[in-house]
Amino acid sequence: MPETQQPAKIDLNNLKSGGFIKERGKDLFTVRLRVPGGRMSVPRLKKIAEVAEKYGGEFVHLSVRQSIELININFRNFDVIVEELGEATQKVASCGARVRVPVACGGCEYNPNGLVDTQKSALEVDEKLFGAATGHHKFKVAFAGCPFDCPKSATNDVGFQGAIYPQLDKEACISCGLCAKNCVPKAITMGKDNKPVFEDKPCIWCGDCVKVCPASAWSEKRRGYTVRIGGKWGRNPLVGTLFATFLPEERVVDFISTVLEWYKERAESLGRIRLGDVIIKEGPQALLDHLRKRYPENTVAATIPPQVIETQVGIRS
Amino acid sequence: MPVIDLRGVSCPTNFVKAKLALEEIEAGETAQILLDDGEPVKNVPRSLKAEGHKLLGLRQTDEGHYALELEKGED
Ligand code: HEM
Ligand code: SF4
Ligand code: SF4
Ligand code: SF4
Repeated sequence: MPETQQPAKIDLNNLKSGGFIKERGKDLFTVRLRVPGGRMSVPRLKKIAEVAEKYGGEFVHLSVRQSIELININFRNFDVIVEELGEATQKVASCGARVRVPVACGGCEYNPNGLVDTQKSALEVDEKLFGAATGHHKFKVAFAGCPFDCPKSATNDVGFQGAIYPQLDKEACISCGLCAKNCVPKAITMGKDNKPVFEDKPCIWCGDCVKVCPASAWSEKRRGYTVRIGGKWGRNPLVGTLFATFLPEERVVDFISTVLEWYKERAESLGRIRLGDVIIKEGPQALLDHLRKRYPENTVAATIPPQVIETQVGIRS
Repeated sequence: MPVIDLRGVSCPTNFVKAKLALEEIEAGETAQILLDDGEPVKNVPRSLKAEGHKLLGLRQTDEGHYALELEKGED
């Protein structure tokens, strides 16, 4: 029989998954809830509001990585909160040296710029890899639906950006000039024959030409994710660099696992170190070679190490 | 051909105005839409195409703005 006076019997398994963060006040914690890709069903939102009202403070915090954080939670209520939220449907988020909840923009479902289903990718990664221990440090993943990259994908350990490579059917073209007008990087100019001339180098794979062409003369030759690896922010920011192009959406989880494999092995004995710093130490070629074995069609021939951002305060030796 | 003059109207108001103006004509009829250079000429044609209208042509006028010709699509 349960005791009448509720004892502080805490299921420590709930704590292991992380997401319980000590606050300033005595006994008080923040509970970070998992919201992969920032998508939250309305009934779930209502449920969270209910729980927040019952056990939390006067507000919740929307975290910078799209999670909802319940504030001022007494640790004695951990178990009942986990139960009321329904662990199966609303898991708490992770902390520590683990794969974190993936961040994503709305992607292609209702966003006119989106080229890929970022929401689906984020859910898949969350399902298959969330909470996996890296052995070294945190591991963040983000998905942007197109090269405008609102989610700042390259500031993550692995950042994905939707892309399409355009191809032209000159016969179908009605010479309206809209594609050249729309192509911001000026990869398209109108030629003497009043048909578009495409130059590969400036093209950022945004697909605007395909979207605007009234005659469907532009179409996609390839579609997938542009992948940058080794980014992070914080005290010593790095911007991730290009490792793969047009990675098919269905291979995202496997690709991240391949990166994790390399990270775990190469960071052995390096202690608490982020992936980007491992790449700088080992050189990007080592990771490229590892990826090429599984992704010969997507891995780029050569790349540069993650780019150090000069923060100008606290000079690094 | 009806002319929808959206010069001086910025995004996304120009698109909404174009949509409302196109409600006044029949599917299959053509219309001309006048748009400023810059964001309007980049955004409005693409959005109208996504709404199911058929873009027929675009030309820059001597005054520097653009004339978009389109055929109204089915609802
Ligand atoms: C006990 C220690 C820490 C706690 C409780 C903590 C807590 C948090 C929280 C609540 C967020 C928002 C998370 C989200 O949006 O989901 C966050 C984000 C972040 N944390 Fe920490 N943090 C800790 C240590 C650190 C350390 C040591 C670093 C840097 C080395 C760091 C770097 C960051 C950065 C850069 C973000 C921004 C999110 C991003 O990377 O996109 N944190 N942290
Ligand atoms: S990254 Fe692209 S698809 Fe995603 S929100 Fe930004 S513009 Fe839209
Ligand atoms: S994909 Fe984007 S950058 Fe490349 S040609 Fe088309 S509009 Fe220009
Ligand atoms: S938008 Fe299409 S029809 Fe118009 S010039 Fe470009 S390719 Fe030709």
